[in-house]
Amino acid sequence: MYVYDEFDRAFLGERVDDFRDQVTRRLSGELNEEEFKPLRLMNGVYLQLHAYMLRVCIPYGTLASNQLRALASVARRYDKGYGHFTTRQNIQFNWIKLSELPDAMAELAAVGIHGIQTSGNCIRNTTTDPWAGATPEEIEDPRLYAEVIRQWSTNHPEFTFLPRKFKIAITAAKHDRAAIRVHDIGLRLHRRGDETGFEVIVGGGLGRTPFVGKTIRDFLPKEDLLSYLEAILRVYNSGGRRDNIYKARIKIQVHEVGTEEFSRRVDEEWAQIREGALRLDEAAFDAIRDRFVNPAFEALDDAPAALAEALKNPDFARWHANSVGPHKVPGHAIVTISLKPVGKPPGDATADQMDGVADLADTFAYGEIRVAHEQNLTLPHVRQKDLPELWRRLDALGLATPNVGLISDIIACPGLDYCSLANTRSIPLAQRLTERFADPERIADIGRMHINISGCINACGHHHVGHIGILGVEKKEQEFYQVTLGGKGNLKTRLGELIGPAVSEEEVVDVIERIVDTYLDLRESPKETFIAAVQRLGLDPFKERAYAAR
Amino acid sequence: MPLVKNGAVVPDPFTVVEAEGPLPEGAVTVPLARLLAEGADLAGRNSPLGVAVPNTADVRELAPHLPHLSLVVLDFPKFRDGRAYSQARLLRERLGFTGELRARGNVLRDQVLFMVRCGFDAFEIEKADDIPAFAKALATYSIFYQPTGDGRPTVASLRAGHA
Amino acid sequence: MTSPLQQKLKITGPTAVTANRLADGVVVWLTAAHGWSTHIGEAAVATTSEAALALLNAAHADENHAVGAYAARVAVEDGRASPANLRERIRVDGPTIAFDAAA
Ligand code: HEM
Ligand code: SF4
Repeated sequence: MYVYDEFDRAFLGERVDDFRDQVTRRLSGELNEEEFKPLRLMNGVYLQLHAYMLRVCIPYGTLASNQLRALASVARRYDKGYGHFTTRQNIQFNWIKLSELPDAMAELAAVGIHGIQTSGNCIRNTTTDPWAGATPEEIEDPRLYAEVIRQWSTNHPEFTFLPRKFKIAITAAKHDRAAIRVHDIGLRLHRRGDETGFEVIVGGGLGRTPFVGKTIRDFLPKEDLLSYLEAILRVYNSGGRRDNIYKARIKIQVHEVGTEEFSRRVDEEWAQIREGALRLDEAAFDAIRDRFVNPAFEALDDAPAALAEALKNPDFARWHANSVGPHKVPGHAIVTISLKPVGKPPGDATADQMDGVADLADTFAYGEIRVAHEQNLTLPHVRQKDLPELWRRLDALGLATPNVGLISDIIACPGLDYCSLANTRSIPLAQRLTERFADPERIADIGRMHINISGCINACGHHHVGHIGILGVEKKEQEFYQVTLGGKGNLKTRLGELIGPAVSEEEVVDVIERIVDTYLDLRESPKETFIAAVQRLGLDPFKERAYAAR
Repeated sequence: MPLVKNGAVVPDPFTVVEAEGPLPEGAVTVPLARLLAEGADLAGRNSPLGVAVPNTADVRELAPHLPHLSLVVLDFPKFRDGRAYSQARLLRERLGFTGELRARGNVLRDQVLFMVRCGFDAFEIEKADDIPAFAKALATYSIFYQPTGDGRPTVASLRAGHA
Repeated sequence: MTSPLQQKLKITGPTAVTANRLADGVVVWLTAAHGWSTHIGEAAVATTSEAALALLNAAHADENHAVGAYAARVAVEDGRASPANLRERIRVDGPTIAFDAAA
């Protein structure tokens, strides 16, 4: 992981002081709410239904154990003892007081974490593959580039008042765990001959007008990363719409001017700055690469005897099959920690669980933790021989539910329990679904399945790209839910299709179950996944059964 | 609106003139459209010339006129509307404008450092309270990550210097 | 400069004005004396659009104490306001998520 140096730390200190001064001026009335709101948003502070919310960035999803402990401490001291991990590699605290925020931020800054640019119409924290640096399928660790982008975009004087928020995601693996096609800019690191560069995708996004991003450059040499990004941002800052908040994202600009014209404008601008001060040379990359501390992996063999013995226990074997993935280093493994225990709010972790995971990371995983897009945690570097003990200790923390990637591994936005924009609740619905699909054997039989829930059209729960997507709508002050099928969030991103009229809060869990049963009845074999079956069969058989009981 | 340059309130010598009508003696700022229409005539006057540019304009249109311009005024109709930051950088860094670059409109102290970094050197400050705080606002940060035309050392250059 | 005063508001039933307290975000209700209370039962209830608009404008003028003010329909029993819909019920009672589940 990247360790902040004296400059990064000095900057964080200055930022906390700046915000403290702004909060003081707001509380004294010197700044009015209209002036203050963008300033607090730029520091990750929202106003929700019950209180202020602080969104803290987990840079490219990587945390050191002491940072996770600092998050636990903030949860305990300034909040109600828990935090909510989001799909954007952030954590949200739902009960923070404005007057205490500067102190909470100072505590976090002491360990090098912050909420800078996790909100507001600026370049947001860059997200990446939670398995970066651990997965055997990547060509290079993408976090280096995510950090390069963080530094360039931090307090960028030209791009702090953009038409709308701006999200960049990057991946270097074949399997896209960063959803790069539904970001304002998606970057896919790949090789051409000996050279490393990026496929650049722009104009993706979910929200009320979902778009799959368009590739505007197949291969951008890595030296040109920042000049090209600056060119895109300048074209967007100058020409993106500001007359209508719902049309202000870059996806609308790309759509309205056309991909070709947009990319022509970018190229025209880029030609002017490509050879300028933003050009990156090896020394620039090295200076940042050197700040990354990577674990000193032990020389170990794959499949140690202790593991083989433990696999005779069916409960351990089930968890192992579900939550453990291959690592690039022999004798190691990647462990996903499900934050989706049956009946609990998806993505929530208590302060005690955070401390517990931090301890486990220190004992078993070189002190490192990742936050995954699916609102789970990951221990990226675990010695295989330690897996059985790790599993026992995770179980003791209530964190060994073997449902990663399965139907109860639900992504849900905060919804009406917290969010002031919501139509409906999301979390209680997720809780009911996990209770309906609680049987580990049944969910393993159903197999790979993503249910994504958003409480309104803003799509924070990524419902468009859920295999089953659920969108909350309000009818006469009652909660209703629209159901879509067939969405996918990987490199072959597809948006789900609506199966029909919205169903009521009482019906929705039954409807989902009938859809799942339809799949189980019609699949060619257990090898055919739900999403493959939907693609083969189309919506009709699912529709019919879903509404059959009405 | 008090005009602030180099941290101090200074008198504004420029008279704002409209799209049409006779020009007064002395320094004037004209709207962009008038400059584009009457550029040659305006350049022939013997007093300083300024232009007020809407934030929707492509500042590259100003290129042929820059040698005759002492002042370019860019507009922040709302502080949240950041188009003029890009215009400013293009004027300074691409088109090499060296005259006064002035921010007008909803100009607040929490944004002035960004403005300075993009090349502004004059500010029509909206709130009188912000003037004494101006110097402080510019000193809020000592660490800058990205290169702009303002010449402040970036973190990358400092790191290289330390190595 | 505070929020521009709203010109129009049409209500469909008894209405109170609610916001979040500036310093800590706690849900508050505008009282008849144009102060803020954390109890919905102490909210001033308007029954005409004009009265509701007057409350809302009083709230907007007091942005240094409470922010994000809006008019919310309420139920009235014995002259005291109570939540009329799920959103306001959640704002008054807290999230519907069982907290022992979260803890
Ligand atoms: C309760 C606080 C939240 C508020 C007020 C909020 C607000 C919004 C809004 C207004 C949009 C639509 C933006 C647009 O389409 O232009 C949006 C999109 C989005 N939000 Fe949130 N959100 C909140 C919480 C979350 C959480 C908890 C997550 C992660 C689980 C999240 C992740 C996202 C993502 C991924 C998108 C859609 C992708 C895109 O940007 O196009 N948000 N949010
Ligand atoms: S999808 Fe809607 S309800 Fe859910 S968090 Fe986003 S804005 Fe709130």
